[in-house]
Amino acid sequence: MTINPSADRWIGRSVPRVEDPALLTGRARFVDDIATSVGTLEAVIVRSPHGHATICSIDVSQALKSEGVAAVVTGEDVKRFTRSMTVGVKADVECWPIATDRVRYVGEPVAIVIAADRYLAEDAADKVAVDYEVLPAVVEPVAALQSDAPVLHPSLGSNLINERRFSYGDPDGAFASAAHRISIDVAYPRNSCTPIETYGVVASYEPGEDAYDILANFQGPFSIHAVVARALKVPGNRMRLRTPPSSGGSYGIKQGVFPYMILMSVAARIAGRPVKWIEDRLEHLAASVSATNRVTRLEAAVELDGRIRALDWDQIEDCGAHLRAPEPATLYRMHGNMTGAYAIDNLSIRNRVVLTNKTPTGLNRGFGGPQIYFPLERLMQRIARQLGLDPLEVIRRNLVPAASFPYRTASGALLDSGDYQSALDRAVLEGGLDELKRRRDEARAEGRLYGIGLAAVVEPSVSNMGYITTVLTPEQREKAGPKNGAQATATISIDPLGAVSVKVASVPQGQGHRTVLSQVVADTLGLDPTAITVVADVDTGRDAWSIASGNYSSRFAPAVAGAAKLAADRLRAKLGEVAAGQLNVQSDDVDFGQGRAFARSNPDNSVSFARVAAAAHWAPGTLPDSVDQTIRETVFWTPEQLQAPSAADEVNSSLCHGFIFDFCGVEIDRDTSEVRIDRYVTMHDCGTILHPAMVDGQVRGGFAQALGAALLEEFVYGADGSFLSGTLADYLIPTVMEVPDPIILHYESPSPFTPLGAKGVGEGNCMSTPACIANAVADAIGANDIVLPLSSSRIAGLLAGDEPQPKVKPKQVEDTAPGGQRKLTGGGSAEVAASRKEVWRMLLDPATLEAIIPGSHGVEKVSETHFTADVTLGVGPVKGRYKADIQLSDLDEPNAVTLSGKTVGALGSGEGSGRVTLEDLGGGRTRISYSYEAGIGGKVASVGGRLLDGAARVVIGQFFKALANHAGGGKVPGAGVFARLKALIGGGR
Amino acid sequence: MPKLSREGRYAIGFRLNGQEVTAHAPGRMLLTDLLRHVLGETGTHVGCEHGVCGACTVQVDGEPVRACLMLAAQAEGADIRTVEGLEPAAGELSPLQAAFREHFALQCGFCTAGILMSLDALLARIPDASEDAIREHLSGHLCRCTGYAPIVKAALAAQAQLKEEEAANA
Amino acid sequence: MKPAPFDYVRADALGEALEALHEAGDEARVISGGQSLVPMLNMRLARPSVLVDITRVSELKRIEQRKGQVFVGAAVRQVELERWAPLAGLLPMIAAMMPWVGHAQTRSRGTVCGSLAHADPSAELPLALLALGGEMHLRNRRKKRVLPASAFFMGMMATAVEPGEMIEAVAFPTHPMGTGTAFREIARRHGDFAIVACAAIARPDGTNRLAVGGVADTPQAIDLPDPSDAGFEDALNEFAWSLGARDDLHASARYRRDLVRSLGRQTVKEAIACRS
Repeated sequence: MTINPSADRWIGRSVPRVEDPALLTGRARFVDDIATSVGTLEAVIVRSPHGHATICSIDVSQALKSEGVAAVVTGEDVKRFTRSMTVGVKADVECWPIATDRVRYVGEPVAIVIAADRYLAEDAADKVAVDYEVLPAVVEPVAALQSDAPVLHPSLGSNLINERRFSYGDPDGAFASAAHRISIDVAYPRNSCTPIETYGVVASYEPGEDAYDILANFQGPFSIHAVVARALKVPGNRMRLRTPPSSGGSYGIKQGVFPYMILMSVAARIAGRPVKWIEDRLEHLAASVSATNRVTRLEAAVELDGRIRALDWDQIEDCGAHLRAPEPATLYRMHGNMTGAYAIDNLSIRNRVVLTNKTPTGLNRGFGGPQIYFPLERLMQRIARQLGLDPLEVIRRNLVPAASFPYRTASGALLDSGDYQSALDRAVLEGGLDELKRRRDEARAEGRLYGIGLAAVVEPSVSNMGYITTVLTPEQREKAGPKNGAQATATISIDPLGAVSVKVASVPQGQGHRTVLSQVVADTLGLDPTAITVVADVDTGRDAWSIASGNYSSRFAPAVAGAAKLAADRLRAKLGEVAAGQLNVQSDDVDFGQGRAFARSNPDNSVSFARVAAAAHWAPGTLPDSVDQTIRETVFWTPEQLQAPSAADEVNSSLCHGFIFDFCGVEIDRDTSEVRIDRYVTMHDCGTILHPAMVDGQVRGGFAQALGAALLEEFVYGADGSFLSGTLADYLIPTVMEVPDPIILHYESPSPFTPLGAKGVGEGNCMSTPACIANAVADAIGANDIVLPLSSSRIAGLLAGDEPQPKVKPKQVEDTAPGGQRKLTGGGSAEVAASRKEVWRMLLDPATLEAIIPGSHGVEKVSETHFTADVTLGVGPVKGRYKADIQLSDLDEPNAVTLSGKTVGALGSGEGSGRVTLEDLGGGRTRISYSYEAGIGGKVASVGGRLLDGAARVVIGQFFKALANHAGGGKVPGAGVFARLKALIGGGR
Repeated sequence: MPKLSREGRYAIGFRLNGQEVTAHAPGRMLLTDLLRHVLGETGTHVGCEHGVCGACTVQVDGEPVRACLMLAAQAEGADIRTVEGLEPAAGELSPLQAAFREHFALQCGFCTAGILMSLDALLARIPDASEDAIREHLSGHLCRCTGYAPIVKAALAAQAQLKEEEAANA
Repeated sequence: MKPAPFDYVRADALGEALEALHEAGDEARVISGGQSLVPMLNMRLARPSVLVDITRVSELKRIEQRKGQVFVGAAVRQVELERWAPLAGLLPMIAAMMPWVGHAQTRSRGTVCGSLAHADPSAELPLALLALGGEMHLRNRRKKRVLPASAFFMGMMATAVEPGEMIEAVAFPTHPMGTGTAFREIARRHGDFAIVACAAIARPDGTNRLAVGGVADTPQAIDLPDPSDAGFEDALNEFAWSLGARDDLHASARYRRDLVRSLGRQTVKEAIACRS
């Protein structure tokens, strides 16, 4: 690494990070490391095991008696002290941070237990008894729109919470006259960038001032401060929000901690003590926040040469169970650049936002980008394929021409700068696209599966705080008043010894903001970066901040570093005047460098920076009249280009627009269908580069997360709303073994709109990479429809031909319900030494049931055909106590009966039914055959997925084995398929 | 045969970063909680508490171990090293730590302590570990910021540095 | 994610452990490495009222070779077996498997017998036990018994270990000269539980044994002729279907059967190739 103090600029160099020594030695302070007030209590949240259910009752009496418990807070309590959170669309719906009448997703908070420590709080949480009435759930956005779909929020009347249509240019005319209409249908899955540090909140309440104090690893935007203060029914100045100095990654996700700020504030108020809550990983996966899943139909009007005349988008956005602020922002962040990197004049968009029984959505790296670039860039490949053109040519032909910047897109974005063609050409050359094509030819000649994918995207950064109001009609916006801009702020102060401190409200989560700001300010003030101290965490009670503050929309380099640059410039101008007096020269002759102020005309005439800088403290009377003070300079900067949406719904949704062109070569193993990425090339134009190593770090990090989204990661739900990706063994984050090192290339087109010429860079690969890899896989295997994530199993499904069939068809091969629902089916049979009548009697006799139900602690007869039981069920170490409710129906004495049961317990709930048939074998013997279908929800479904099928088989098998034994012995032939097969093919030695 | 009943708190004695320590904890407490909240050594981080992410990795008798999958009571008599024990002196980074800084092998730094403890154990046991062995070792850690490549580079650079120092001392 | 309360007993001798297990009966679990049990404790899926820690029981910490078998005591860590010098020569299949067992950071503490006791059908060591025809040595305070893999594994995470009983050791048979073994596994990520894992033994007499994990509730095995034999493909296909593969989050049933056929064939061929 080069640190050369004589170089004329710090910006643009990869200086070591000031953040690292503390992080590398364990001294950094994350939210769970910070000392709390003596007497601080810890909270645990009781969460819904159901995707959709009415809460009939919550009994907290046992929990309150549990050791160390201070209070238990329920939705009723939260309602008493707060009001519903603000919803971003005009709709008759409430949005609470905790369930009040019903639960609408697995993991939704239902109660908060506050106790002396987390262990005791979890003990008590086990004792909170919630009685649910399960409701039908809907998890697919298209299904949610059906007229017969279960409705999550009755006040809305349906699950459609917002719909808007937009038209720019003349899309109808373009479609009518174009040579081709080419379309694609895409269902983009749910995933999350899942930081390794989970959420954390410490809250307290001072009743004398009616004021809340909250520490949270929140990342912004601080517009959410207003949402939380309103919900807590206090003015903003009675809700002090602080962030810890270090935060363990966020990637958007820690915006979603805000409902917990409200909950813990109420908890602290009720408990009368500060309350701390550290989310655990299971809570985080199930219920923190997720990116939206989206169903899109995209159609293009295309000329013969591949030029696109118009795009027609139909997007159905799934925001989960509640529309939480700032949603539906995911759907509107890209509104200005729905035409991607292409010059397309005609555009129509239909946007629908639906609610389903899944976790509410929020910020996630790439925010809205993957959902549009996946269909758009997959469509580009399809256009090339359908027209027999080179995909690279189709992209090139449609790119925004280099001479047209700043370029106004059809829907109103102002693309600030770039030369997309040159960047693309350079990537093709330096990244070696031709070589990949040769490799593809060779591989294919050998019968191997090799494909190349491309993707070109525009990466927006510095969000216009008004873009989300595009969801309102122009009339609604008129009424609400305009929203726009992106206030960034920076404060530079000088202490009495002349040392410089920088304070920003950017709340970094690992991006190295402090290092970069020290470079920026060092350059302006002629100091060494190590002499400058930077604080980037926020205290809303003390710091300069605004709604746009925070760490999101890749706004640091373009906006925050820019604001710091402006503050430094201002201070430098004043210090120049002070120094001019001290040096006896004109102020325009003063320069700063190497820790000194000097006369440019005579560098020997110099004075130390500290002496100039400290004058305002020690001898303000010596300052020239034109200088008020040099102690503290705060700059607020908002770009004029970010205007409110126009009456025609045009919106410049972001200030900066970087350009990315990616390509990759992949090979698919013919035997295992595993994907190997042979080479991945990513070209970035993010304007001026402030710190090359950090820019590459952002690219690599985004790429790795995007690779996860492309190949591994998905939040999977069962049709009943059960959550199936509940552990890090189910939600698969790529490791070092899965992530190749991409070749990173740069092209620099400084932004004319930002003080330093920088644009955002952190999110681009989350937008480009999933589409690029999907295009490569599609090219490799000749597939048309690609669904993410591209697991080997999914690719195998696309490649699969006819399967060799068995001679002996095993009984238990079954189809699984769609969407990987945690549905269990099975069956078996047992022969017993008893007549059908006797067996029949046993099945209806509580005493027999008690004896044969595995783990039974007592069976009670409610009616002739209705029993309740208290049972311990489990396999291996996994045991739980359940209340079971068993009903008999379709009685066909003595031939058949249907048993339906429900169980509820700490580890989850189950529901199922089985048909039992009795066959007379003669000689007083009966064969009992059974088949069952069961669904399981709750904790076990989320975290113990792999265990379930087996557990159900073991337990149900035990039941019938016990029945057989009870009836006088017998054997259970059901398990013998394998044994018989072995005998058949002569094995079994 | 010691029996720790569920109600009590018990003294657990072990060696932590070269110092004998005794801490009191209930029998069910996890080693992560003992280190962080009883002893105040918060450099060991908690990411998943089910043994997948690797953030809490510490060295127990020289081997890298998930502290979230170890009961504090099981630490009795063990020699435990955490990230707080890696620095040769206050304000001075070990070759491995310095390589991480030089190669930008960390961003948020939350997973870093665990990775350092794993790599430190590997390089101590197998100074010549191949890049493949380093990768295989790193596969027990999740990092969401860096994309891993800089971590591999830093590990290789530290290895080279350590070998050089070894040769100089020999 | 914190364990529910339990009593913790640190046994210093085998007798103490057996006595403690006898006293607590069904409510007790043995702990040593804890790499399978502690996640379940943290998630409160498992709530034993007594944990009996056998880590310090010196009788259980031995790896011994005797009478054509390698005995691995219940407290022997996976990493100890992995680094046991004779392993590659005596049990090449297990030597090939060890890097696939979790990660270095879990092998450092997890025990060989703990993985077997957990009986995850996707795990490598249960597959090895079945493939090699190993035996589990169980005992309670009164008696000992020895079970083959097929009798030990009852189902997904269910074993024949009874209340008051514990695993004392596992015995893996070593092979006669001229035996070849091979191991292949497909997982979604490195270190994940297998979607399909195959372990094959090519015997000196020309017959082969293929064991498959990750598909049925317990590992399953089959004897197969030489891959050039006319009946090989049919037998393998029948075997693939017989395992009752199911769809789950990570793989379809069809993909699992495909892998049993393709990996199974490759693994058998590799075993034959290294039968010197």
